[in-house]
Amino acid sequence: MYCDECQKKPAAVHLTKIINGEKSEVHLCEDCAQAQHKEWTLGIDANFPLNKFLAGLLGYDPQATGASMNLTFTPPEKCESCGFNYNQMSQIGRFGCNRCYKHFKDKVGPLLRRVQGSNRHTGKVPQRTGGTIRLEREIQSLRLALQEHVVREEFEEAAKVRDQIREIEKKLGR
Amino acid sequence: MFEKFFSQASSKWMEGTGEEADIVISSRVRLARNISAIPFPHLLQTTEAKKVVAMIYEALQSLQSNEQVKDLTPVYLQDLQPIERSILVDKHLISPQHAEEAGGRGLLISQDEDISILINEEDHLRIQCLYSGLELEKVWNEASQVDDLFESVLDFAFDEKLGYLTACPTNVGTGLRASVMMHLPALVMTNQATRVLASLSQLGMTVRGLYGEGTEATGNLFQISNQVTLGRSEEEIISSLLVVAKQLIDQERMARHVLLKETKNQLEDQVCRAYGALTHARVMSSQESMSLLSKVRLGIDVGIIKTASLQTMNEMLVLTRPAFLQKMKGKELSPFERDVQRATMIREKLLDKIEK
Repeated sequence: MYCDECQKKPAAVHLTKIINGEKSEVHLCEDCAQAQHKEWTLGIDANFPLNKFLAGLLGYDPQATGASMNLTFTPPEKCESCGFNYNQMSQIGRFGCNRCYKHFKDKVGPLLRRVQGSNRHTGKVPQRTGGTIRLEREIQSLRLALQEHVVREEFEEAAKVRDQIREIEKKLGR
Repeated sequence: MFEKFFSQASSKWMEGTGEEADIVISSRVRLARNISAIPFPHLLQTTEAKKVVAMIYEALQSLQSNEQVKDLTPVYLQDLQPIERSILVDKHLISPQHAEEAGGRGLLISQDEDISILINEEDHLRIQCLYSGLELEKVWNEASQVDDLFESVLDFAFDEKLGYLTACPTNVGTGLRASVMMHLPALVMTNQATRVLASLSQLGMTVRGLYGEGTEATGNLFQISNQVTLGRSEEEIISSLLVVAKQLIDQERMARHVLLKETKNQLEDQVCRAYGALTHARVMSSQESMSLLSKVRLGIDVGIIKTASLQTMNEMLVLTRPAFLQKMKGKELSPFERDVQRATMIREKLLDKIEK
């Protein structure tokens, strides 16, 4: 028996495929089998693009979510600031502007939990545009310090820290 | 003024100095930042994008009194020849994407090339710092200070809960990507590299080749970086990458020790053959040069080769690239002509060192 592909060399690899209950057989020589094998395995994971994954996670790619069965058409939600809609966004895996994060808030939370494993920033806060979060964090760390002073019975220090906390709380309008 | 960026392979990261510089070639930190209320770069028309570039150049001007950003030179990518942009890519100063779509994109670059700020890449600003050796804390501090300066004059998009907002949700939060470029030949030779590096993904680290996303690891060079940018502080990200890098260094040193002990002759033979080929070959492909340079580099580290320096090896990573070879010749070269030019350049560079 000769190879189905090149018809030159004897077949050494015999494949039986069953697709939708239909059986077919392929006989290949070693070289052709190797070439095809490479095609199959490499063809699948060669640079599977990141945004494709993101599209799946954003719930757009129907194949990825298995939701293709009952697609009902709803007009795509748009970001009021940049006009970018949710479908476009899911396709390219990028947001349109910083306000998209607010406009699509309900979807962003779950997405970030899946992509990043978290949806709460605990790192650096910018000086000017950081808002009240900088002060909130300061209060948190002062409260810890206060507790420690109390445990060590350093009441004078504790009083100082308490005043600092009140000072910041005033700034926050409490 | 900026001709030297394209005529010399002398970035600070190539110096071969810093901690563990024999194994860690460079440390890099990248911060993604965006200006509030302006659509992300991929939605901008070229004219709008140019306005963002102008805005950032203006911000730089207002910061001129600060030591850190004083020597940043602004460059419009469109004003550069494609070959010059390729050289910036080869020097790891800009990304391949930034070089390809030059319209409406800008760059700020420091004189010793340790700071580069990409304007209108995926985000409005990408602040990059790049040092020689394992110096993650230093690069993070430097990048953070540059970030603070620009934040004092630009409104960065920031959300109290989500942190810095970026075009791609994979960068949101800290916007920080820290990475180390490591040379791990002994782990590869002892067939441990795949196993060891694969386990890194479980620790939230990514491993890539020399030129970033989607490139192959040639010359036994691996780029290891953090994957997650949200939910951890910058310090946590930096310190976990540092720990991982140190463990890899230990593993690599152990493997080198074993190779030297068990197969000294074979190792010396491989290193010296590589050196022989590099100093005598007349035609040299990029792939071949990368693999030979890796062996010679290992030879320098373990004391087999004493006539070449780590700095020369680092520079060679850039000098052997097609763009630089053509720039040196001053004309476009066919692939074969490049291979000839590459062999000549390497030979001169290595033999020159011996005579001195």
